[in-house]
Amino acid sequence: MREAQGGVVLSIDGEAVSVPRGTNLAALLVGRASGATRTSVRGEPRAPLCGMGICFECRVTVDGIPHVRACMTLCRAGMHVTTPGAQGGRANA
Amino acid sequence: MRELTCQVAVVGAGPAGLAAAAAATERGADVLVLDENPAVGGQIWRAARGSHGPRRAVQRLRARAAAARFESGVTVVDAWAAPLGLHVVRGTMERDSTACVRAEALVLATGATERFLPFPGWTLPGVLGVGGLQALVKGGLDVRGKRVLVAGSGPLLLAVAASLVKTGAVVVAVLEQAPKRAVLRLGLGLVAWPGKLTQGAQLLTALRGVPLWHSAWVHAVEGEDRVRRVRTKVDGHERTFDVDFVACGFGLVPATQLGELLGCARNGANQGDGLRVDDDLSTSTPRVFAAGEATGIGGVDAALAEGELAGLAAARAALGPPPDGARANADVRALARGRAAVARHRRFAARLERVYALRAELRTLAQDDTLVCRCEDVPLGALRPFDDAREAKLATRCGMGPCQARVCGAALQFILGWEREKPRPPLVPIPFAALAEAGAGEPSART
Amino acid sequence: MSAAHVIVVGAGIVGAACAEALARSGARVRVLEAHRPAGSATAAGMGHILVLDDSEAQLALTKRSRELWDARADDWPSSVERDVCGTLWVAADDEELEHVDTKLAWYTARGITVETLDGGEVARLEPNLRSGLAGGLRVPGDSVVYPPAAARHLLDLARRSGATVEVDRPITSVGDGWVTTRDGARAEADVVVVAAGLATPMLLDAAVRPAHFALVSKKGHLAITDRAPGFVRHQLVELGYLKSAHGNATTSVAFNVQPRATGQVLLGSSRQLGATDPRVEREVLARMVRRACEYMPALAALSVVRVWVGLRPATVDNLPVIGPLPAAPRTWLATGHEGVGITTSLGTAELLADMVFQRRPVLDATPFLPARFEHEVHAHA
Repeated sequence: MREAQGGVVLSIDGEAVSVPRGTNLAALLVGRASGATRTSVRGEPRAPLCGMGICFECRVTVDGIPHVRACMTLCRAGMHVTTPGAQGGRANA
Repeated sequence: MRELTCQVAVVGAGPAGLAAAAAATERGADVLVLDENPAVGGQIWRAARGSHGPRRAVQRLRARAAAARFESGVTVVDAWAAPLGLHVVRGTMERDSTACVRAEALVLATGATERFLPFPGWTLPGVLGVGGLQALVKGGLDVRGKRVLVAGSGPLLLAVAASLVKTGAVVVAVLEQAPKRAVLRLGLGLVAWPGKLTQGAQLLTALRGVPLWHSAWVHAVEGEDRVRRVRTKVDGHERTFDVDFVACGFGLVPATQLGELLGCARNGANQGDGLRVDDDLSTSTPRVFAAGEATGIGGVDAALAEGELAGLAAARAALGPPPDGARANADVRALARGRAAVARHRRFAARLERVYALRAELRTLAQDDTLVCRCEDVPLGALRPFDDAREAKLATRCGMGPCQARVCGAALQFILGWEREKPRPPLVPIPFAALAEAGAGEPSART
Repeated sequence: MSAAHVIVVGAGIVGAACAEALARSGARVRVLEAHRPAGSATAAGMGHILVLDDSEAQLALTKRSRELWDARADDWPSSVERDVCGTLWVAADDEELEHVDTKLAWYTARGITVETLDGGEVARLEPNLRSGLAGGLRVPGDSVVYPPAAARHLLDLARRSGATVEVDRPITSVGDGWVTTRDGARAEADVVVVAAGLATPMLLDAAVRPAHFALVSKKGHLAITDRAPGFVRHQLVELGYLKSAHGNATTSVAFNVQPRATGQVLLGSSRQLGATDPRVEREVLARMVRRACEYMPALAALSVVRVWVGLRPATVDNLPVIGPLPAAPRTWLATGHEGVGITTSLGTAELLADMVFQRRPVLDATPFLPARFEHEVHAHA
């Protein structure tokens, strides 16, 4: 069992989540049931591919700022994350 | 705009960049290291805190580079060569933080990206690169008890598979597209590199019980909202696995975009596709050096050797001729040692390249309705009528998305033989606010 | 003339439109494209279809062209992304608002539907514009298209009428009814149309080139964002745009932003007189972006995916050159469209085809004829 080293609480699509400090945001999102971070131009669910910031599949909105690469972002306390796929599948692209 | 000056700027804080920073600092230069990740280590030493070997390696290099400045979480979006300068944008959060870096010499240690080849279902959530899944696991993704298929090509497959086993994942199989005899020959040849031989043996031990097939690859991935099953070709037979993740990557591609913006020449696709460098790791652009995977895929040992040499050479370029004969002699000896080390590691890299050459069948994995451009949802069939990447881009939007053809470009280079387009700034999407900040005194033309 | 052999040099949107119009009239058309179709200025342009009021001739040509775009509304494939979003000319202050009234009268008198807006109406229509703007002029009939797709479609239509399109076929020289290709071969035709953009003057053999014919490059920067649906609804242009387009300053910028069908926002415009370097220049780009953010502060936060440069071919009097060469009656020019090439491609093609086939042209061709360059031509006041 991974020990939480001082947990950090943030919100993902309105739901409060607690993760160990230093957790990568993309890692957190992929670990959820749907695992999707965005909806493609044609309306398909997408999730991280490269894990290192070049594929741009992990773009989510963080604290109101859109198109933030989750894989280049560490989870911070109080962070407010939304994935446009949650909004009825509207293409975010 | 904020201005940062230094004598040697190093872009990338992976093994090559850290080694360059260390060598340049020891040689007496004022060094600034720029890296876009939250922590140093690049890809292979990602989350170095977690593992002993990489952590020690990073610590040793950082100790040698104690006098250097490090800026993490910054991305270089533009660069110019005369005078040498970089436009950097801080991270993804603080949208108004941009800076202009001025340097006397530059070391490009920009690393590599995985090569992704499209196949039916590759866009489903749960299909990642091999390094991609590794990166997320190191970032906290819990894969205990998860079924993972590892596929594609290259030494990364075994390393990541072993790492996944250690973290508790169920690796259902490892599929290497290279033929067994080629990989075996490499194994036998490792006698010349005892360290690597040990590494190899350790990996195979860690993977006891995990089926490892050669001349094997993924045919298609199936699932509704995420991957559920993967169909593979093994020994000429179809095998299907139920999986939670597919980690699939076909080797590494040097990340040369920043070098290309600076006008650096590249080796052809058949000569490794990286930035072309001379014996002292100077690129074709004066005062710009390159080290590590950006010059051609060679692995961590080659990256370290190249970083040391490039850092020394860059420091010499920045500081000017040595003040006395003793220093000059020391330089000559250090350069000679560096060149010999680099040559040795390059020989190994060349062997790897031959062993893991991608087979022709991989060009036919993608069907006409398989998406090639994930950013703009463009299928392969829509691209076939065109002759080059640019024409296809204008007609189909392939390559017009935020990844700026990093994913589809490498795939199309392999599948259709299309040369990748020259990159344009900004190298990654940035807010208009960052573009608005170029002020008076910035050079307006690029060499 | 109906079985005339025609060579069109250049498969940008102007060449494509000319090829289509000539082929449709029964000519046997051969298009020779130096590199790839729609790969040069056509690929760089904003694709704004508008009626421009900077001169009577320009208004006539853009008005007729816009009618032709509208007439074919149902023919354009979805790849052309035609959107009749209208133009909204923005007045920053009362002085510019006075110009709006002048423009209103001018357009109305010439049959273009326009309406004036006060500051409040502008703000309601475009919430992302900064508050405090004086008002604007809305031209609802203007539209936007994706130029490379339009050019490709025109070439497809030309092919359906029997035209052929050859790519990677650079021309080295053009004379009276002949061209030479890079391999030295010479091809002859009853009609040669040179729609080669900036390269045109250099292609013309000295014997046929009008003494004072020249094209100057006007370099422009463009930037496109990641998707931001609903951010902007109209093509928004500041009223100072024309000062930039026709002024004498070496470098000028103007606020000019466009919604694209994908939800991306396209930003222009800048002009650098005489600049031919195709590389992005950070200082000029920064000026253009700063100007835009003055009008639309919310732009600052949008994520820019790509920046590129286009080179507009311009004449000294800001009118395109359309018509036969005085010293070479079998060779015709169709170029020099500066920043309205996408719009006027159709009007140019119709005018050219009318002249070639000796039909009564819908427009008065006089202001556009190459013959005017036999003497020194001056910029309009």
